[in-house]
Amino acid sequence: MRVNCTVNGRPREADDVWEGESLLYVLRERLGLPGSKNACEQGECGSCTVRLDGELVCACLVAAGQAEGREVVTVEGLAELAAQRAPDAGAAGDQGRDGAQTAGLSPVQRAFVDAGAVQCGFCTPGLLVAADDLLARVPDPSDADIREALSGNLCRCTGYEKILDAVRLAAARAGETV
Amino acid sequence: MDFLRPGTWEEALAAKAEHPSAVPLAGGTDVMVEINFDHRRPEYLLDLNRIGDLYEWEVGERDVRLGASVPYTRIMENLRGPLPGLALAAHTVGSPQIRNRGSVGGNLGAASPAGDSHPALLAAGAEVEAESVRGTRLIPVERFYTGVKRNALEPDELIRAVRVRKADGPQQFAKVGTRNAMVIAVCAFGLALHPRARAVRTGIGSAAPTPLRARAAEEFLDAALAEGGFWDSGRDLPPSLVRQFGELAAGSCNPIDDVRGSARYRRHAVGVMARRTLGWAWDAYRGSERTTRCA
Repeated sequence: MRVNCTVNGRPREADDVWEGESLLYVLRERLGLPGSKNACEQGECGSCTVRLDGELVCACLVAAGQAEGREVVTVEGLAELAAQRAPDAGAAGDQGRDGAQTAGLSPVQRAFVDAGAVQCGFCTPGLLVAADDLLARVPDPSDADIREALSGNLCRCTGYEKILDAVRLAAARAGETV
Repeated sequence: MDFLRPGTWEEALAAKAEHPSAVPLAGGTDVMVEINFDHRRPEYLLDLNRIGDLYEWEVGERDVRLGASVPYTRIMENLRGPLPGLALAAHTVGSPQIRNRGSVGGNLGAASPAGDSHPALLAAGAEVEAESVRGTRLIPVERFYTGVKRNALEPDELIRAVRVRKADGPQQFAKVGTRNAMVIAVCAFGLALHPRARAVRTGIGSAAPTPLRARAAEEFLDAALAEGGFWDSGRDLPPSLVRQFGELAAGSCNPIDDVRGSARYRRHAVGVMARRTLGWAWDAYRGSERTTRCA
């Protein structure tokens, strides 16, 4: 079957989609967006987390046909989403603390880089989408809020402390600019 | 495989009548796992995501009529007042991602003994609204679970809603697992005080082939509370009474040994959760009694 949906603001079309296929497979294998990771395929690990019509979901548990006509935002679209939310902030061209080139990163992504929250990187896209969702809803989250919001994302490197630091950093930076 | 995409409830019922083997798909948190792992290859998938009615709820005089697809997140955010037990149970489901998609209708459709909403529904009192092109029937939730992952639905029926009794007293929910998130219950227990009816109702999860009420424990406690005048006095419950309630609840279990826990552990844990949830709920009841009397 054919599936039409909006991905990161652009209309996309996937052909020859098998009826039992997941949205995750369509994103990675048919639309060339490998940012969302495929690991557990049962909603346990959160590495395929995307937004579906604004809601945080595991793309592996959404049937491709259920995405028909819907809006999907993947990790590849986070910077653009952040730019739309705060047009003045300007995601492009700014540099991280260590001078690393972080052009085109959303504030959450930049905070992950700066806090050293990326180890092997496999869980990172899902965590970024989940953390971005948290900060959009709760600008100044408590540690309990952060733990709850990230409870569906597993990091097998067990780098959770740095990940928590990154979310705190992103929240603090957003607070400064207000 | 065919992907059926009804746009209305009537179309969904017609599709299910025409293709009784069609597997209803809402949040996908159970069905998609089975498909991803090649455990299931249904001939037809019946996508219910486009049917807006299933995502709505109505708070009525006696019941909350909860649309089958209302996600757990909405229950936590909006129905904590009338459905406190179910809201507590909803909060223990999976993760934010899962709670945004999973629903009570899906829990009932899957009818896993470990489904988190079952103990809360049993304790509160609920009826499942099953509908087909032939008509609608209300199935009391304790008669809905017929076996491991089996329910009372006919092949042409779909779950339209569940009618859950609004709370008229404190409700509690407890669940045993290895962490606070992403846990399939080792076992679970729901308890609701119904001061108007002067009754206590319970629900046991994951400690028998189906979710079930701890009837013997309920009957014992109803009689003991009436005899001792506890509903009126709001006095502390004697430890011996609470202990016996726990023992009777454990006795209602018919658990198995599996990877998540042994039968013996489950029976023990259900007894402990029964005692604790009764203690918490009774404290809340006493607190509210005192407040109303002082006021």
